[in-house]
Amino acid sequence: MIKLWFKSGAPWIWLNAAAVSTCLIMIVGVLGLVTLRGVVHFWPHQVTRFSYQEEDKAPRIIIGEKVDTSITPAAMAKSTGFKMADDEETLVQYLIKTGNRDLTGTDFLWIQARDVKEHSDPVDLMVIERREWGNFYGQLLEVKEDHKTVATGTAAWPVLQTKIEEALVVFKEIAHLEKKEIGAINYALERLRLKQRKLELENSLDDAAKQEIAAEKAGYEVDYKQYQAQLATLYQKIRRDSLVATTESGATLEIPLAKVVRAFQPNAMSLFDKMVHYGTKVVEFLADDPREANTEGGIFPAIFGTVMMVMMMSVIVTPFGVIAAVYLREYAKQGFTTRLIRIAVNNLAGVPSVVYGVFGLGFFVYILGGNIDQLFFPESAPAPVYGTPGLLWASITLALLTLPVVIVSTEEGLARIPSSIREGSLALGATKLETLWLTVLPMASPAMMTGLILAVARAAGEVAPLMLVGVVKLAPTLPLDGNFPFLHLDRKFMHLGFHIYDVGFQSPNVEAARPLVYATALLLVLVVIGLNLAAIVIRNNLREKYRALEG
Amino acid sequence: MSAQEIRTHAIDMSSVLRGKEESQHPNETCIKVENLNLFYGEKQALYDINMEMHKKKVTAYIGPSGCGKSTLLRCINRMNDLVDCAKIDGKILLDGENIYDKSVNVAALRRRVGMVFQKPNPFPKSIFENVAYGLRIQGVNDKRVLEETVEKALTGAALWDEMKDRLNDNALGISGGQQQRLVIARAIAIEPEVLLLDEPASALDPISTLKIEELINELKEKYTIVIVTHNMQQAARVSDYTAFMYMGELIEIGTTSELFTNPVKKQTEDYITGRYG
Repeated sequence: MIKLWFKSGAPWIWLNAAAVSTCLIMIVGVLGLVTLRGVVHFWPHQVTRFSYQEEDKAPRIIIGEKVDTSITPAAMAKSTGFKMADDEETLVQYLIKTGNRDLTGTDFLWIQARDVKEHSDPVDLMVIERREWGNFYGQLLEVKEDHKTVATGTAAWPVLQTKIEEALVVFKEIAHLEKKEIGAINYALERLRLKQRKLELENSLDDAAKQEIAAEKAGYEVDYKQYQAQLATLYQKIRRDSLVATTESGATLEIPLAKVVRAFQPNAMSLFDKMVHYGTKVVEFLADDPREANTEGGIFPAIFGTVMMVMMMSVIVTPFGVIAAVYLREYAKQGFTTRLIRIAVNNLAGVPSVVYGVFGLGFFVYILGGNIDQLFFPESAPAPVYGTPGLLWASITLALLTLPVVIVSTEEGLARIPSSIREGSLALGATKLETLWLTVLPMASPAMMTGLILAVARAAGEVAPLMLVGVVKLAPTLPLDGNFPFLHLDRKFMHLGFHIYDVGFQSPNVEAARPLVYATALLLVLVVIGLNLAAIVIRNNLREKYRALEG
Repeated sequence: MSAQEIRTHAIDMSSVLRGKEESQHPNETCIKVENLNLFYGEKQALYDINMEMHKKKVTAYIGPSGCGKSTLLRCINRMNDLVDCAKIDGKILLDGENIYDKSVNVAALRRRVGMVFQKPNPFPKSIFENVAYGLRIQGVNDKRVLEETVEKALTGAALWDEMKDRLNDNALGISGGQQQRLVIARAIAIEPEVLLLDEPASALDPISTLKIEELINELKEKYTIVIVTHNMQQAARVSDYTAFMYMGELIEIGTTSELFTNPVKKQTEDYITGRYG
């Protein structure tokens, strides 16, 4: 009976099904966890007020969001030093996000459930997201303008909201002036300095050139003064207002509105309000710069850097890989040498990526970049231009890393094109080159896209080599901006993969950053999927167009 | 095959051949093969071939599979150059010029000697672009010239009426017979002197085959045609001269009517009466 059952192949089918389901469960599990943890982070949680008294200690009030619950068996709790009554089987602890780091020194607090005497969610509890020191939790007392109270009690809340909006408008203006306008002037002044230095080095800095440069400089300085004045008034305006709030311990704290991103009362919010809040938080996450050592704010520079780097890599790796594959398949005499090269290429794909990073740093950055600097940018010495990690070197390093997949899949694509098509073209008097360009390469383009898809998938997720050749924790400027020459290949950039590592493991405030790790991971997955989908759509179009003759 | 059957078979042939006799004109040599030997590595595939093909006539190569008829055909436009291990010895003269001479431009030669393969091999492009391919290679990009040539070539391949409204459709979407005529149109669009047809109808249904054969009859007004075929009736129907090959050797060549009705060699007779092959 059993023997028959084995012979029927049923166990084999079950085994296959089990393997497939395991894969599916793992994929769904990973995506599910990342999505859940990442997505929940932006939802406004209830803020609770706990009356808390541990044994032998004075009673106190704790205000905060309940973030996590841990349940420990009594025996284990006892061994870690908790006093447990005989009838207690478990120790329940809550992790509370209490904020107010500037006052208490920590953002989070573990409390024991048994010591909570009373808890409630009063509607007037307020959360303030600040540009420094993390969240503030407490109750609003009054709003001040020029150190004079303008509203108190329940009337203060709406006044506060309008004031915050005004302050945000001013803040945006300041940011625009500082980053865009003054940034552009600084950039231009730096270029002028380099120009002068270059002329000096060439011994052609005559009086005329000097005057010209001085005149330009003076022009920029006039502009700068003007912006400076504008900034001064804006700063005055933004510093005018402040709010006063009480904390859990009853202390009062004055917070200038210049430091406030938003204030909200989660317990008073309707579902719709919460959804709006959620939406703005998500948009902020996607479109803003990071704050507070990357633990708050958005990750736009990282998204931008990732996409930019992957695109640069694609632009470099595709022609390289395709040309190499065409030579190997179409022109090289097949034999021992080509076999050796193929083996080498395949093995290149198996080299640990950090090795590529080391190679990129040693060869591209120091040797190649160093020499480029010496030859073309002597004026900026001792500061390096290309002799330092940057977008260009990161892209080239990753292009090298992904070259094998492009070569292999292009070669396969070329091999699949029926010889009848080549012969048809040759018989019409086309040369080999014309046949390649007009017929063979277009028909092999879906295979090239397949290679590119694999390359993109690998490159977008790579972190280790990037840490050596161009990724940084915080890049002050994007590699693409409005200053000539617009694309700055020498700049360092931010990357989602590295951002995850940085936020998760290098952050001063790990607890606060943890949800961001998940959210960033989710985004990285989405970016990779998005890039891949784009490539797949292109490939399918090409396939449709160059559907090869069957058989 | 019984003796009876063989006799009826032979009668069939002669009925097909009737009417061929009067189309015999004084002949002008177009292609001359001299002492041609071809090796694939160590293996010799063609042995000392000597033959002539006449201008604006159809010459058919017949013979059993693997006898070297396709190989010989592919020598005429140097398609065998693509095979790495092929080595050729001897001469093929096209209008008195040796095409294996070092000074010959192979691409230019192939423009003069067009070729159609066993399986239709249109490019995955539009019908128009398929026919215009040869011209585009020669650098013709004038739209009017291209349109005129495409129409002429498609008309020449008896395909214009079927295709004139769908010139921008993908060529892979039309039927096998249409594809094969499209490939012929593609070949005649660059106005070659010689057309090589390598079993052009073997992958087609009977009706498409008939159309191709009719087309060959029309095309010989303008082109010297060499056709390889497995099908003896087809050779008899379309060709003016027939060459019988066996095991890499040219056994016999002559006018089609003579070769089929009155073969000189015993091997030829055995083959055309179906005793082997």
